[in-house]
Amino acid sequence: MTDAITFSSVHKTFGEVTALESVDFNAPAGAVTVLLGPNGAGKTTTVRLTTGALIADFGAIKVLGLDPLEHGDEVRSRVGVVPPKPAFYDQLSGWENLQFAATIFESDETKARAAAERFGIDHALDQEVGGYSTGMKTRLALARAVIHDPEVLMLDEPTAGLDPESARAVLDLIKEMAGKGRTIVMCTHLLHEAEGVADQVILMDEGSVRTSGKPSDLARKYMANPIVILDAEDSSELSAVTELDGVLGVRSDDGLHVTIDSLDRIPDIVIELVKRGVRPTRVEPLRPTLEDLYFEMQRTHRESQP
Amino acid sequence: MRWTMVKAVIKADLYRLFKTRDYWIPLLILGGMFFVVLPAILLGAMSTVKQTNAIAQIGDIIGTLPAAIQANIQGDNPATRASYAFAVYLLAPIAIIVPLTISSAVGANSIVGERERGTGEFLAHSPLTVKEIYVGKLLASLIPGYAAGIVGFGLYSIVVNLIVGGQIGRWFFPTTSWILLVLWVVPPFIAIALSLILRLSARVRSAASAHQASSLVTLPVILMSYGVASGLLYSPVISAAAAGFIAWIIAAILLATGAKSIRRERLLGVSGDL
Repeated sequence: MTDAITFSSVHKTFGEVTALESVDFNAPAGAVTVLLGPNGAGKTTTVRLTTGALIADFGAIKVLGLDPLEHGDEVRSRVGVVPPKPAFYDQLSGWENLQFAATIFESDETKARAAAERFGIDHALDQEVGGYSTGMKTRLALARAVIHDPEVLMLDEPTAGLDPESARAVLDLIKEMAGKGRTIVMCTHLLHEAEGVADQVILMDEGSVRTSGKPSDLARKYMANPIVILDAEDSSELSAVTELDGVLGVRSDDGLHVTIDSLDRIPDIVIELVKRGVRPTRVEPLRPTLEDLYFEMQRTHRESQP
Repeated sequence: MRWTMVKAVIKADLYRLFKTRDYWIPLLILGGMFFVVLPAILLGAMSTVKQTNAIAQIGDIIGTLPAAIQANIQGDNPATRASYAFAVYLLAPIAIIVPLTISSAVGANSIVGERERGTGEFLAHSPLTVKEIYVGKLLASLIPGYAAGIVGFGLYSIVVNLIVGGQIGRWFFPTTSWILLVLWVVPPFIAIALSLILRLSARVRSAASAHQASSLVTLPVILMSYGVASGLLYSPVISAAAAGFIAWIIAAILLATGAKSIRRERLLGVSGDL
């Protein structure tokens, strides 16, 4: 699989503030890459560098095989961006805003209308955007971003402040575009919204890439040992689990999270706890979520710091 | 540069301006005051004044004009001659001041306004070149001012002809110098001011700062244009053509280099050198 976007040792500062520090990553073509990280991690700067809206201090960027610095106009004509706070000309109607976008992206009104229908905003196109809700603006921004059928779609915190229905529309778009072979890059700090759509996760923090890979690979890397969640009528009695064979560690978090050397240990652990008078109410193998991964990666990174 | 793109920027900006009544109504009032109300009051008062000492004072002012100008002033009595002199020579600078003020007000907000609204992010990620954005913004700022100037010029002509023309016995306005002034000299002066104002608008951090800074640019240009406008009407037509030509050259140089002031990071508002 070729890479649609490549960052090699990219560095960007704003005055004395370092926004990106030697960032390397690849976004494979036709895949969904999720840039995951807290606010200020450098995700938005990464998006802006990708389209050439910002210029890197040094390092190399390739988008669809092109350098955004030299071929910025072509890159921008093949990339769609949904910014974190979509803004429009509020005095103009939704349709007039879409017409403007259609003209400058050399698309046409048929595609603009289809995009508006796709995101369920077609009924409000005659209204001035100034009267739109946040959800309506995001739907219009999504329509505007795909008006030219971009090869790469970048969504920067696309569900921030959205109602569940609009948030679902965003995730549906991602799946639909990915299904068509488009490259998707989504920035988010909301782990649950990356669940189920990410082919690749890039964890960013303080302007650096902490780690990256497929969610399953990262799960194996950072959560190599299975975890089982236990609870009991008297949860204080669960402390006995630390003495059992195969138990590698425990932590309390909505039940007792017990790290074990193999899932095969679970029946033995339950039998042994019952023998000791514990009455279990919950025995649930943990399927690692991105949230679990995220915090595990963060914890691993912190522990690796001198 | 793709003119389709430039036209899209102009259309969006002008349509937005048209829909923002709070913005253009004061500018309309300004134009109406300068082109219609004040000239009508002034010329009307001069035409109907009965006080001989006031007429004599106006006559003194006319007496300070160059002899060649005095020879061109029409009218068979002091009051009519005074009205003619005011209409043709002394009110000429409004032809520049009004369009310049309107275009400056629109232009000052053009780039920084995109940044403040957040729409600059969309432009920054768009395939529009910075030159297309710059030319689009410049023309979208120039058109309202110049259109107001042309319309105002037409209205001013009617006012002058109705009030002063009746005394002279024929409609005499606009004169050749005024036509040259409006069609040949005013546009490059607006372009010069706008090219400087757009540079400021791209750099400042807020629309309020842009308006304050633009007045620093506009004032010298107004003073310069005031002098040119006054001088041109006193001089032969050839001077107007030459002055316009020089102004066009200066404007062309400034316009050609002005696009560099617009950088995508400035549209985003993250440039360190704003």
